[in-house]
Amino acid sequence: MPEAPIPLATERPDRAVDYSPPVGDQVKTTTCYMCACRCGIRVHLKDGRIRYIEGNPNHPVNKGVLCGKGSAGIMTQYSPAKLRAPLKRIGPRGSGEFAEISWEEALETATGWLRHVRETDPRRLAFFTGRDQSQSLTGFWAAQFGTPNFAAHGGFCSVNMAAGGLYSIGGSFWEFGEPDWDRAKYFLMFGVAEDHDSNPIKIGLSRLKARGAKFVSINPVRTGYSAIADEWVGIRPGTDGLFALALVHELLRTDSIDLDFLSRYTNAPWLVVRNPGGEDDGLFARDEAGKPLAWDRSRGAVDASLADLSPVMAGEFTLPDGRRVQPVFHLMAERYLAPEYAPEAVAERCGLPAERIRQIAAEIADVAFNQAITLDQPWTDVWGRRHETMVGRPVAFHAMRGISAHSNGFHSCRALHLLQMLLGAVDTPGSWRYKSPFPRPIPPGPGPAGKGAKPNTPLAGNILSFPQGPDDLLVDDEGNPLRIDKAFSWDAPLALHGMMHTVIGNAGIGDPYKIDTLFMFMANMAWNSAMNPGEVIRILTETQEDGSYTIPHVIYSDAYYSETVPYADLILPDTTYLERWDCISILDRPIGSAHGAGDAIRQPVLKPDRDVRPFQDVLIELGARLGLPAFTKPDGSPKFKDYPDYIMNHERMPGVGPLAGFRGVDGSKKGVGEPNPDQLQRYIENGCFWRDHLPPEQGFYKHANKAYLEQSKAMGLMGKSDQIVMQIWSEPLQKFRLAAEGHGAKQPPDRLRERIRTYCDPLPIWYPALEHEGQDLGRFDLSAITQRPMVMYHSWGSMNAWLRQILGANKLYMARSRAAALGLAQDDWVWVESRAGRLKCQVSLMEGVNPDTVWTWNAIGKRAGAWNLDPDSPEATRGFLLNHVISEWLPAQGGFRQANADPVTGQAAWYDLRVSVTKCAPGEEGVTSPHPEALPLPPHMPARPDLLRYSMKANP
Amino acid sequence: MTCLPEITPGQKKLGLVIDLDTCVGCQACAVNCKEWNASGHSGPLPDLKPYSAGAEGVWFNRVHSYEAGEGAQGRTVHFPRSCLHCETPDCVTVCPTGASYKRIEDGIVLVDHDICIGCGLCAWACPYGAREMDEDAGVMKKCTLCIDRIYNENIPEAQRQPACVLTCPTSARHFGDLGDPESKVSKLVAERGGQPLMPELGYKPVNSYLPPRNRTSLAAKPDEAAPTPMDIKNPLLRWMDKVLTR
Repeated sequence: MPEAPIPLATERPDRAVDYSPPVGDQVKTTTCYMCACRCGIRVHLKDGRIRYIEGNPNHPVNKGVLCGKGSAGIMTQYSPAKLRAPLKRIGPRGSGEFAEISWEEALETATGWLRHVRETDPRRLAFFTGRDQSQSLTGFWAAQFGTPNFAAHGGFCSVNMAAGGLYSIGGSFWEFGEPDWDRAKYFLMFGVAEDHDSNPIKIGLSRLKARGAKFVSINPVRTGYSAIADEWVGIRPGTDGLFALALVHELLRTDSIDLDFLSRYTNAPWLVVRNPGGEDDGLFARDEAGKPLAWDRSRGAVDASLADLSPVMAGEFTLPDGRRVQPVFHLMAERYLAPEYAPEAVAERCGLPAERIRQIAAEIADVAFNQAITLDQPWTDVWGRRHETMVGRPVAFHAMRGISAHSNGFHSCRALHLLQMLLGAVDTPGSWRYKSPFPRPIPPGPGPAGKGAKPNTPLAGNILSFPQGPDDLLVDDEGNPLRIDKAFSWDAPLALHGMMHTVIGNAGIGDPYKIDTLFMFMANMAWNSAMNPGEVIRILTETQEDGSYTIPHVIYSDAYYSETVPYADLILPDTTYLERWDCISILDRPIGSAHGAGDAIRQPVLKPDRDVRPFQDVLIELGARLGLPAFTKPDGSPKFKDYPDYIMNHERMPGVGPLAGFRGVDGSKKGVGEPNPDQLQRYIENGCFWRDHLPPEQGFYKHANKAYLEQSKAMGLMGKSDQIVMQIWSEPLQKFRLAAEGHGAKQPPDRLRERIRTYCDPLPIWYPALEHEGQDLGRFDLSAITQRPMVMYHSWGSMNAWLRQILGANKLYMARSRAAALGLAQDDWVWVESRAGRLKCQVSLMEGVNPDTVWTWNAIGKRAGAWNLDPDSPEATRGFLLNHVISEWLPAQGGFRQANADPVTGQAAWYDLRVSVTKCAPGEEGVTSPHPEALPLPPHMPARPDLLRYSMKANP
Repeated sequence: MTCLPEITPGQKKLGLVIDLDTCVGCQACAVNCKEWNASGHSGPLPDLKPYSAGAEGVWFNRVHSYEAGEGAQGRTVHFPRSCLHCETPDCVTVCPTGASYKRIEDGIVLVDHDICIGCGLCAWACPYGAREMDEDAGVMKKCTLCIDRIYNENIPEAQRQPACVLTCPTSARHFGDLGDPESKVSKLVAERGGQPLMPELGYKPVNSYLPPRNRTSLAAKPDEAAPTPMDIKNPLLRWMDKVLTR
């Protein structure tokens, strides 16, 4: 019998909804650090705990939005994997046996080891800092210590993009440039990583699509951004550069190039000396003052920077001194018009039909030249001439990891910049734009510091800087590397970000020398940050005949119990990102945009409930204890109380410090000004960021915009306000090549001559991945790459209680057609084998992937027991790292081993990997391999809860 | 059974419009929803075995990814799924206690946890899988359309929107009154051909999905007539005599 109907909700008086609960009792702004994007957040607190984290609507980076990572900050803050106190190792390395010690003991231990190194041979300290956003401090500290062996993680992340851009256009893709989202009509995105500039890119893509602009995604995998592209180009990994050069070929063939732009803003008209075998071959012809020459139609060879130059762009000329010269444009056009760059010639390699390449080239040309944009915005060029309008080519490019993580990435990145230059699509309306503080001179600074390291002596200058040629390399008289990672040597002359991926391997065999102390900060080198974690673990635990470790001391700072913690002797526990001061410094990686300079801070919004300290405070204190000059007063007492004191009062040059905003005693100055004791308070009042706003006449053509360049110099962003002439032909590269050909005092060792000669080409080139040479590509018939899940940032995300529910185990994704050919079905367990080893995992089948490519999500796999996850967690049992089959070395040749890296920049070539995939034998299914034994937990780590009912609601 | 309010002309129907053209599947909406609602009207949203195998929590909003079509011609679609606040939902009418109810004033479907017995009938009745059982407390939970945000006078007016809408980096989520044909969201649905989800089931979902736009294609065609380098002796000649000025 049916019961009586239950009445309507509104008729029930007890059903009250509290429509206006207070969100929390306090709200504080700060900067997110759930990934590298540096979004502004508002953290709502209640009773001292986090109620809610939201995007700051006033923040220039994210404009109020917040991604899944940022929104999961609560679970990262309250993770049970947080380290609780300083630890010293009491069992063998890797055993995970630790005892808690006091900070005094920890600091004294570290000071003792470091003091000995500094007093004897400071190079024996290798200080490497992972995904560090305080490099303006950490790099400075290393220079003060006197070791050249400093870098962060850029060498295995982005250096191909940085170097490719900075040596070509004086700015770069990555997070230092942005498409003109509001005006671009055609947007090409190359293999982007979805964790750099991610909210700005997402915001931009939606604006772009709302306007009906065409979005073309060039990526072997159709996930994330590629899913909403108008056209997905599922290219073969590592062939983007070849594809770009085929587009160059097509633009040249059809004469769809912006000759005016090339003649005004690039070195296309500059004259190159043609003297094969001579010491000046391939260098620019220069006048007596050292200024590059161009061939003027009526006057012949003249200063290329003249305002009234009428350059001849093609031909061969003879200078009064008899030297034969040709314009850069001629050499460039001649090279790329060659049949080897025709779409037909590259089609098979790229995995794309020639017609499609031609179609894309035609679309680019049509948009650039038939749909040009004109803004009614007067501006004045470097020659002092006023222009009434700004003309733009609305074709924009963006690229990041998919280009970067290949051994041909530097040149592939240069090829993209060449495309931009040919189209006149650099910093014009509708095109790609520089973000402040770029553009900068090409290259932007002096060579790297690191020569002549001496006991107790700081190094003068920046450790990570910009070689102009062989004289700037960090090599000894025999050409051997001075740095432990061999950055800035003939192995990798433009290793601008160092080569963290080679440090432990080199230290293990004492090549070029042994080290005493390995000091690392937030770098998970015993797991997902190593190209080959098993090998790193082997070296860190290796002992000598006397029982001592090959690397005698390992100091590590992390906030969490990551896979690397058990391999250190001394742990300096860091705070979370919500418990600290930080500085997104103008001297490092600021948050500037095309609209102006900017930088940001973090402020502590919570007090640590553990005996932990911010790493930067610890570093400053170590600096004082060691007596580093910049960290001590003349009487030997500490110069800075803590990191905030340093942020406000440190001056790199007079008036220039870590933060550019609110400088001067009253906070009224920007860029250059006296330290302001209220600076951090002013940042807090402003939402923890500072942003300058360029007047509209400085908005574009920044490389040749007089007002922009002058104000940029006035703000201390550049030393000069000269035009920044984009470099199609790279003279620094040619100088390295000349050295390889036997010219000059500094020459590469014989075994590297051919390598330097080949890869230091002054024009972009394409070549197959270095590690493919000598491999049986028929056997290892698949390219294997990783993609970044948008909801994770490396190992930081996959430990998070909420995020791991979204993606707790990765599989190997493969084209359905390919799987059918291999006899594989969904979820089959397979062996993935490469020249370096094999791993076991499950496959998942899909359509949106290049059929010659397999891929997986990055850094989901975890070592059992780490991060205070249950050893039975899917991250450890089914999740896996592709890293286990990647080698950090190329196959040894002639007794020498070379990093598996870009030969110009040393960028780790993660994505050059080739594998075979075969079905597991029956009975092998179930658990991933390798599956190293579970790590024990350090002392006093809290028990994992079986149930979380996180809530800051009253009476939940 | 539980009664539904009578629908009158001009009835307020608050809901979401979700743009499948720009959703990149980033999960921002899902996580920000979880974060707000953990301490919100229906919080907590418990997580069972949060640091072990079998971790499974309550989420009011989940994003799925699908592929449609084969190979390069196919498409990847990201599909966020949450309560659609149907006009005639069975999840309300099947409720034996009256805990599941649809509000007459704005159409939001809510659960009164005080009288929910956790029988799960509503979850069986909902074809969209929008109901989430709090197994720890033994009560059913679901999207509240952030009822404690959208009317909240402690929040600035511009932000009185569901957390998922505010946080979405690609602006793929919109909130408003779909009962008002003049509202922004209704106009968006009209303009873009918004679709209800599985309308054939007859529950009249209020939320609407905007289908992917037609892909932008351009008329430009390769200039097949342009000479190939093989056709001409010196392809650089054409640039030699070009008169350029700065």
